[in-house]
Amino acid sequence: MPEYQTHEHDVLVIGAGGAGLRAAIEASAAGVSVGIVCKSLLGKAHTVMAEGGIAAALANVDERDNWKVHFADTMRGGQYVNNWRMAELHAKEAPDRVRELEAWGAVFDRTKDGRILQRNFGGHKYARLAHVGDRTGLEMIRTLQDHGIHQGMEVHMECTILTLLKDGDRVVGAFGYERERGRFKIFRAKAVVLATGGIGRAYKITSNSWEGTGDGHSLAYHAGAELIDMEFLQFHPTGMVWPPSVCGILVTEGVRGEGGILLNQDGRRFMFDDIPDLYKAQTADTEEEGWRYCAGDRNARRPAELLTRDHVARCIVREIKAGRGSPHGGVYLDISWIKKKIPNAAEHIKRKLPSMYHQFKQLADIDITREPMEVGPTTHYAMGGIRVDADTQMSRLPGLFAAGECASGINGANRLGGNSLSDLLVFGKRAGEFAAKFARSNKAGRVDPEQIEAAARRALEPFDHGASAGPNAEWPYQIQFDLQEMMQDLVGIVRREDEMVRALDGLHKLSERAKQVAVRGNREYNPGWHTAIDLTNLLTVSEAITRSALERKESRGAHFRDDYPNKDAASGKVNVVVWKAPDGTMQVRREPIPEMRSELKRIIDEMK
Amino acid sequence: MKTATFRIWRGDVRAGQFHDYTAEVAEGMVVLDAIHQIQAKQANDLACRWNCKAGKCGSCAAEVNGLPRLMCMTRLSDIPLDQPVTVEPMKTFPHLKDLVTDVSWNFRVKKKIHKLTPRMADAPDGTWRMAQQDIDRVQEFRKCIECFLCQDVCHVLREHRKHEEFIGPRFLAHLAGLEMHPLDTGNRLEAAKKEFGIGYCNITKCCTYVCPEEIKITDNAIIPLKERIVDEVYDPLGKLLRRLRPKA
Ligand SMILES: Cc1cc2nc3c(=O)[nH]c(=O)nc-3n(C[C@H](O)[C@H](O)[C@H](O)COP(=O)(O)OP(=O)(O)OC[C@H]3O[C@@H](n4cnc5c(N)ncnc54)[C@H](O)[C@@H]3O)c2cc1C
Ligand code: SF4
Ligand code: SF4
Ligand code: FES
Repeated sequence: MPEYQTHEHDVLVIGAGGAGLRAAIEASAAGVSVGIVCKSLLGKAHTVMAEGGIAAALANVDERDNWKVHFADTMRGGQYVNNWRMAELHAKEAPDRVRELEAWGAVFDRTKDGRILQRNFGGHKYARLAHVGDRTGLEMIRTLQDHGIHQGMEVHMECTILTLLKDGDRVVGAFGYERERGRFKIFRAKAVVLATGGIGRAYKITSNSWEGTGDGHSLAYHAGAELIDMEFLQFHPTGMVWPPSVCGILVTEGVRGEGGILLNQDGRRFMFDDIPDLYKAQTADTEEEGWRYCAGDRNARRPAELLTRDHVARCIVREIKAGRGSPHGGVYLDISWIKKKIPNAAEHIKRKLPSMYHQFKQLADIDITREPMEVGPTTHYAMGGIRVDADTQMSRLPGLFAAGECASGINGANRLGGNSLSDLLVFGKRAGEFAAKFARSNKAGRVDPEQIEAAARRALEPFDHGASAGPNAEWPYQIQFDLQEMMQDLVGIVRREDEMVRALDGLHKLSERAKQVAVRGNREYNPGWHTAIDLTNLLTVSEAITRSALERKESRGAHFRDDYPNKDAASGKVNVVVWKAPDGTMQVRREPIPEMRSELKRIIDEMK
Repeated sequence: MKTATFRIWRGDVRAGQFHDYTAEVAEGMVVLDAIHQIQAKQANDLACRWNCKAGKCGSCAAEVNGLPRLMCMTRLSDIPLDQPVTVEPMKTFPHLKDLVTDVSWNFRVKKKIHKLTPRMADAPDGTWRMAQQDIDRVQEFRKCIECFLCQDVCHVLREHRKHEEFIGPRFLAHLAGLEMHPLDTGNRLEAAKKEFGIGYCNITKCCTYVCPEEIKITDNAIIPLKERIVDEVYDPLGKLLRRLRPKA
């Protein structure tokens, strides 16, 4: 075996978004040595783009809020297929995790009496999202980064993990390559935490960056861990639709939280046309009541625009399909109308939503304080992911932990806005804590040179294909585009059996093409090579989404089946689990959701 | 379809040169879109950094027609397309490949700056009280997306290569953000002068001019820091009084 550079850490964290950084901080604090790896530079992970806020029942704005309400909101949003233990831990621990950020330097917007301000968001009963204008993710990642670099962790930037290394069942490290020179690296570790984020890049229209290729999902799956809830993919209702070059870029739900309304071409607030039973009691009867809620009237109920994302996205699709959309195939989102309600509305909008103002002004020539925006659904967030133990975040493989978007359970069929950033903190911390514990109580495992050599060979194959490339060569970007187009068309917001069966067939063909993918140039900072390597991950997660979506023969949360448009009580009692059989094929099974503890049930009943 | 020529710097640490590419131009496109198009169709190995495509992550800094810009926020409709659009990497940092430079120096510099040391909590539940007007200034600095464009244009770094003695505008703003943080009890003024070379800054304001987040780096961070340093060093009585009063 050639000499590869080798790093040794007690705990290796893969991913430096909110979840990875929080895990690394916790593990370092526990006194073990920590390495953290990321594909981009430090501080550029997806978390930096989060806008609206962090959900935590601090009760600073509304003292009626507490963990029980947050728990019930999360379960209701997830249509009760969530891992209730994770939802419980999340609701209980989020406030402490947010306060801790303040101690590390985060500067949240303030209430009049100087405490952390909280804003309204879809599906949350009370104003619950701690925020900094509409750049909360930046504040969070910078705070964790600036705190973390003084904790002694070693940071490996622009380094991509290609495979997990195993000793028997146990995960004992990872193998990857650094972009600058294209050299391979071995990471030996007693415990590994995956915190690799989402999978939006499997779709054409997405709010996700190039990093969101489902690496952690795929690494864990191929190593033998299980994936769960993969059919639940969140399409955020409001992405930009025009101009084409910005299609998919997110427009924060904070716009609606601040009073923004959705209108169709005829100027109708169509969200009031269809309010699901589960939310009738919590939703405003009139537009006027909705506004009072946004303006802070505590006796008013939420406007229909703040229903959960799955529902809002489907209503938008309905309007567009019925021919009532905007000129560029979206609907209108208007915040400028609040000038009828408050003085200095333009200033208020710029202060509460500065980056939205900036984004539309600069990229779309639209002044959101004067005109409506055009928006439509965009692939945003994976509720599904690596199956973990709720308390420790360990997967079924000893030594392999997962946290953040790549892990699954807390969100069920639909995530509430703001629940991701808090999830990263709560479960990032837990993963770091238990990974450190695991590292303390286990000796280093053996690293198998054969696994490493096989991974290195696989990674370099595209160059061989490039060297002999003829006119029919398969280039990485084309395969990626074709995959994204197909997933968008066949396994999108509205799903059907026949289309998904076609998608499976398409995925098979794409996999065959990907085996021949060719790359030119050398190994140094070569994005074509990187894209070629990512294909395996994209194909794996796309297959997992499609197979899980076929398995769930009902409509629930973000998963909507045209051929099974209703909820099915029996399906509501199971999760869909995906794993890799010894022969390499993807297997799917349904698994009953464990019975909820009675006191949690009582909470849910009380909050109905 | 309308097209434009992009004159892109191609090369690595060993050698490089400009290379002309033709890209199709569609409504609303930004420079980064053109780079992506070229990357996908003509040069799969063209290296550039990006993440958010919305001016939020600070990855895509480069020099477009000689001006330091975020490629994702530079509209093609705002630059003349009848002549080639030049796109080159930042100059202040060692070149790696094509549009990518080695910015690791910035990460090393930040680690040298003493982190926040919060005062005792104000409330029994371990939390603090801060008024919005007291954090407005700090929030301005915390908008920084670490694109390093200000570092790129500062002549102390770009021309005089004082990377060992001077931390540059980004980190002076970071340091100011810590000094003006209502919870902080640390003192980094001496270090700013001795270790971090604030004296090298002669207030040309080029950094402020290029900052995509419109942070007034010079007026709001560097000048107040310089004033505080003068007060600390040359005005011991004032210093004593300030010690007795809480920090601004
Ligand atoms: C535009 C936008 C706005 C959002 N707004 C909100 C909001 O207001 N509130 C909220 O709660 N949520 C929001 N979300 C969702 C939330 O931001 C994400 O779910 C969350 O940031 C994911 O964090 P993470 O730590 O799991 O992963 P990420 O932040 O995505 O980080 C993943 C890390 O893993 C690394 N990585 C991936 N693969 C590899 C590999 N193979 N090798 C090495 N490293 C790897 C990446 O480089 C990166 O460092 C938003 C999302 C988007 C896109
Ligand atoms: S004002 Fe100072 S820091 Fe800014 S560019 Fe000029 S010399 Fe550099
Ligand atoms: S201060 Fe402005 S120019 Fe400098 S790194 Fe930050 S955002 Fe970029
Ligand atoms: S890609 Fe994020 S700032 Fe340009």
